[in-house]
Amino acid sequence: MTLDRRTVLKSFVAGFASAGSLAGAGNAGGAPGPGPGFRVWDMHTHLHGVEGATPEARMAELVRHMDRLGIERLILSQGYDQYIRNPTPDEVREENDRVMRAVRHFPDRAYGSVYLSPTNVEFCLEEFDRCVRDGPMISVGELEADVRCNSPALDPIVERAIALKVPILQHTWIKTNGSDPGESTPYDLAELARRHPQAQFVCGHTGGNWELGIRAIRDVKNVCAGIAGSDPTSGFVEMAVRELGAERVVYGSDAGGRSFASQMAKVVGAEIPDSAKELILGGNLRRLLRPSLEAKGLKS
Amino acid sequence: MIDTNVNLFRWPFRRLIGDDPASLVERLRKKGVTQAWAASFEGLFCRDVAGVNARLAEACRRHGRNFLVPFGCVNPKSPDWEEDLRRCHEVHKMPGIRLHPNYHGYMLDDPALARLLPMAATRGLLVQIALSMEDPRTQFPLMQVPPADPSPLAGLLPRFPKLRLVLLNAGYWGGATTPHISRIKEAGNVWFDIAMNERVGGLARLIAETSPSRVVFGSHYPFFYFESALLKVRSAGLPRDQELAITEGNARSLLNGRV
Repeated sequence: MTLDRRTVLKSFVAGFASAGSLAGAGNAGGAPGPGPGFRVWDMHTHLHGVEGATPEARMAELVRHMDRLGIERLILSQGYDQYIRNPTPDEVREENDRVMRAVRHFPDRAYGSVYLSPTNVEFCLEEFDRCVRDGPMISVGELEADVRCNSPALDPIVERAIALKVPILQHTWIKTNGSDPGESTPYDLAELARRHPQAQFVCGHTGGNWELGIRAIRDVKNVCAGIAGSDPTSGFVEMAVRELGAERVVYGSDAGGRSFASQMAKVVGAEIPDSAKELILGGNLRRLLRPSLEAKGLKS
Repeated sequence: MIDTNVNLFRWPFRRLIGDDPASLVERLRKKGVTQAWAASFEGLFCRDVAGVNARLAEACRRHGRNFLVPFGCVNPKSPDWEEDLRRCHEVHKMPGIRLHPNYHGYMLDDPALARLLPMAATRGLLVQIALSMEDPRTQFPLMQVPPADPSPLAGLLPRFPKLRLVLLNAGYWGGATTPHISRIKEAGNVWFDIAMNERVGGLARLIAETSPSRVVFGSHYPFFYFESALLKVRSAGLPRDQELAITEGNARSLLNGRV
């Protein structure tokens, strides 16, 4: 199916504008919505939690929901069933193969991002080359491993990412009620990023406790805040833009565990300029991915 | 559009855009809302619940007459809570109450709740139970409040057939994974808001598991971005009649012309 996504987005926004009449209200002025012409790219998605018996079927389901919100493209990474602790090389390969199967059928809607587990560095680098250097994937992560990301075990992966000019999406949480063993925090990522100033990182979830996460990465300029995968708590994006600048904030959803809607609302509902929304909803991600895409002859 | 899940005043751990009643009303109107069922953040933390409810009623009159509908707070573990219930109904003319069992320190199988529910039903008061307010992973470290477990409602609801109960913030953290939620959904006198409904296709799934007539629009504004609930409805691919029912019709039926 060929879809004019700008048309979809325009009709979606028009739907917002008619919110009042739909509900019997006289006026829905100031209705939310990113506005026509926004190109929405989602940096943070998985197949986990999506209906469908195969990776291809689940990807089709994601695309169906993307269309309703005018999302042009997503970046897909591992996660099909339950989180795997200390995955074996075969399990890592299987995760990446599923992602590549899923995106192969939707080349104009999705790119794949490689999953790596730094517990086996040699295999990690082989898998990096298989999927990114010699394969179709265009970024790294979500890196969600059983080793905190400030570990030296991450250094060879980051050096390979610098060489191939691909950004890294790193999972981070600061959980009030206790982090999982080996779970990374924004503090860990800041430490890693300072060791590798040439690398580009996205701080997945911005630590969940985003008021802390934003501050943890504030002075580390090669780290962007990823807003995916937390409650749509108001103020998140406003603070990120205030403290980091709009060019360091990246939209993602963490679908299928989260809805596209709740996560996009963080940007659509934020009281920030449209120019900032445009960057967050896709402009920044395309900038981060441009070297990787150009190296593969792909358009951003 | 009727928003069944709004709170007034300040959240103690964060300044929220819209945490003063005048700006909240202004913003909700601009978003297309025609009526908002409002409780008070103060109800979670203040022991003088009567004062909380009086301030809530006054703010709704002053800033949102015919727009903000006050839902008073009752804590059934507090002394003489029956008087708070009476004042909500008789003095403040509220159509319903909102309970916060996790912040008030009781489980849903507490005998005090089993006393409160039929009394509210006898008065014709709609009862909202907020199963949670916030992801436990992001709560202030010195104020950790796990979500209320809704499981006991499965046994409780059939005992009070005249009760009309709305579960707020039931979803990602409020009970979707508890084993008895499917039994709760089978009860004919319970409704669900969508503020914490999550996952791709989550709203359609909730409707399929309950009924298009048992789901109401609730945003958890201003704690959450209002647009989260709005986008969920708009992107769910619902038939127009179902969308209208969820955004307005079901809530209007629940109040049955009492506002």
